[in-house]
Amino acid sequence: MKKLLLTAALVAATSPVFAGDVVRMGTEGAYPPYNFINDAGEVDGMERALGDELCRRAELTCEWVTNDWDSIIPNLVSGNYDTIIAGMSVTAERDQVIDFSEEYIPPEPSGYLAMDAGVDVSQAVIAAQAATIQAAFVAAQGWTLVEFATPEETIAAVRNGEADAVLADSSFLEGHANDGLQFLDRKESIGGGVAIGLRESDGELRAKLDAAIQSMKADGSLNKLIVEWEVGSTW
Amino acid sequence: MFEFCADPASLEGISWFACYLTTGKHMSLYWSILTVLSLLLITAPTALLFGFAGASAARSGFAPLRWLGQIYVAIVRGVPDIAFFLFFVIALDQGFEYLRHQALCPDWSEPIRQGNDFIVCKAAKLPLSTAPQWVHEVYGFFLAVITFAIVFGAFAANVLLGAMRAVPQAQLETAQAYGMSRRQVFWRILVPQMWLYALPGLSNLWVILIKATPLLFLLGVEDIVYWARELGGSKNARFTDYPHGDWRLWYFLGLLVFYLAFTYLSERILAKVNRRLSRGQGIVGATP
Amino acid sequence: MSCLTTIQDYALRSIGFGKRLLPASDITVCEQFTLIGSGLIWNIYFGVIALLVGFFLACALALGKNSHVAWLRRPSEGFIFLFRGSPLFIQFFFAYFAFLALKKVGFVPWLTSAQAGALLVLVFNTAAYSAEIFYGALQAIPKGDVEAADAYGFTGWKKFRRVVWPSMLRLSWPAYTNEAIFLMHATTLVFFSGFPAWQQKGDALYYASYFADKTFNPFVPYPILAGYFILLTLIVIGCFGIVNQRLNRHLPTGQRQKMKLRLNLIR
Repeated sequence: MKKLLLTAALVAATSPVFAGDVVRMGTEGAYPPYNFINDAGEVDGMERALGDELCRRAELTCEWVTNDWDSIIPNLVSGNYDTIIAGMSVTAERDQVIDFSEEYIPPEPSGYLAMDAGVDVSQAVIAAQAATIQAAFVAAQGWTLVEFATPEETIAAVRNGEADAVLADSSFLEGHANDGLQFLDRKESIGGGVAIGLRESDGELRAKLDAAIQSMKADGSLNKLIVEWEVGSTW
Repeated sequence: MFEFCADPASLEGISWFACYLTTGKHMSLYWSILTVLSLLLITAPTALLFGFAGASAARSGFAPLRWLGQIYVAIVRGVPDIAFFLFFVIALDQGFEYLRHQALCPDWSEPIRQGNDFIVCKAAKLPLSTAPQWVHEVYGFFLAVITFAIVFGAFAANVLLGAMRAVPQAQLETAQAYGMSRRQVFWRILVPQMWLYALPGLSNLWVILIKATPLLFLLGVEDIVYWARELGGSKNARFTDYPHGDWRLWYFLGLLVFYLAFTYLSERILAKVNRRLSRGQGIVGATP
Repeated sequence: MSCLTTIQDYALRSIGFGKRLLPASDITVCEQFTLIGSGLIWNIYFGVIALLVGFFLACALALGKNSHVAWLRRPSEGFIFLFRGSPLFIQFFFAYFAFLALKKVGFVPWLTSAQAGALLVLVFNTAAYSAEIFYGALQAIPKGDVEAADAYGFTGWKKFRRVVWPSMLRLSWPAYTNEAIFLMHATTLVFFSGFPAWQQKGDALYYASYFADKTFNPFVPYPILAGYFILLTLIVIGCFGIVNQRLNRHLPTGQRQKMKLRLNLIR
């Protein structure tokens, strides 16, 4: 894993500079296995590997930046970075404001993690990260929602008894299904697949990334990444 | 960092902690402490300058300048600093880019706002998108300093205004009686005297400024709170060599101790300054 | 939907009345005004209660710190130092974890809610800050005032109530006004750190950031929030200004005019 990362970074650094531009990749860095900060303090995860590979194929020089989930879209729009590659599901609402590349992870049902397998979600207190499709979903059902700023806190809330269950992407929850936390049988299909977010005016960059994602889909390297990092189903 | 850290799984006790606390990620935490300290060191004088300018303007005999000073103090004091931090950084950034855009790309025909996007020509981008990451970080830091200085400058202005008015009227009248001009009274009598009255308020502000530094993350600067939250969260063995449970409580305890030590030191120093300044003044707290 | 129905639906949303679902699409400015205003209820709740309770605690703490008796002075100093010396943001986080731990052993479980737990932190926090301001004022009371009180034979409670306390308040009032404003502003931190929002019942900033996220445009909700808070600040300054006038009413006319000017300038 580390080796893979190192070579990817090396390749990114030595690839021809495209028109002298650096593409800044914005991510959250708190949502393993999609993206997280590793022991060395660098962005790591499935999306790091994917992003570096996409940049290599599109012949772009890429740099990684982390940003709070809450303000990740406004900061993209105001130009602090050029892409959002942070496990962001495509939704109609977001699509009104930013553009999305081709999806790189197929739609994946969201799962519940609870201390007690018998939780009735409509009567329970459900934790979710603020400003996510899951939080919007729970609110729309009229259930009792309790929101937290980071994904980590939603898990901690269930462990501490503040909430009865947490609703999030299954592959994120997978890593926490231990020490008494278990999946409920119920799954929710909300939102589309995961894609890279871009400014609406950045058509050129979008075309390049789309082409790179298509080529990765075609040669099976994208599926390989999905399997390696266990992020949902393959294409 | 240490040689024995090569195989973290085999470590125990103190050596585990020695390795754990020196990972690259923890280095980022220690580095962020320096960020906070330098922010404070740069912001404090800048804010004082803003405050002094604001207070002088609000006392000015020239009406428009007076109104400007009063409006500055009123508006900034009226809005929660956190709202400023959430909003102001983007506004400042876009403001700077807009000005540069006007200056550098005069023959740009497209509108700057396209739907939700804010578009300026490439040459006007701040920092230039070709710039290395550290330039972006320094720029973000610079925006943070300005935002902090504007907010705390307004509060400092208020404290200084109060202090200027607390200087005994008789002293100013005496100075006038000696034939000093308005300007001379201001610089020679009022300004040197006001610091005594301003110091308690300014000390309070300094503490509040320290207190506000955890809000840095909202400005896009990765500060100690960000790293404490990130490092303290429970870590799964799949993604780290040092798995552990939810340790945020301990990290925040560390931050609490850090801030307490910092304030303690500040207060000791400020108390010394206060004693020096109030020497010989006719108030209860002064040493004879 | 007219603005009136919006107000009916959402004016009390932050305390759990009215429509449950927050507006999600086609958000109007009216909805933003109403909901952010609704959230302001919590800011006022936190601010006013913390200020009232904190004031008396602060007077006690200031006297304690000013006392010559060690067992009164040391705890007061420690309390003031603990809450002034650390950021509120971290206190919220820490308190939340501490209350969670208490909840686990079945002790005061209601403190994990923002309405109780965060309020407690705010009360302690403002009491510590105000106590320091009052203590500073106690130190700055003109020697002449106290000597005059002694000359009139005032002692103990009477001297405190008639001379020391009013002078302390008069001297500290501008700084205390500042503190009250700071406290009002600090209430916006509650839902932004530590304490979670239940069923999307939050304060003004919570709704402002909700809208900023939904509309992806910070240039509408934050200025609305700013407008509300400027209004709130003006009300605070107005109320404190009235008290200030009362505190200064004994001063000779020449100086009183100066006080009036001071008020104008503070505004």
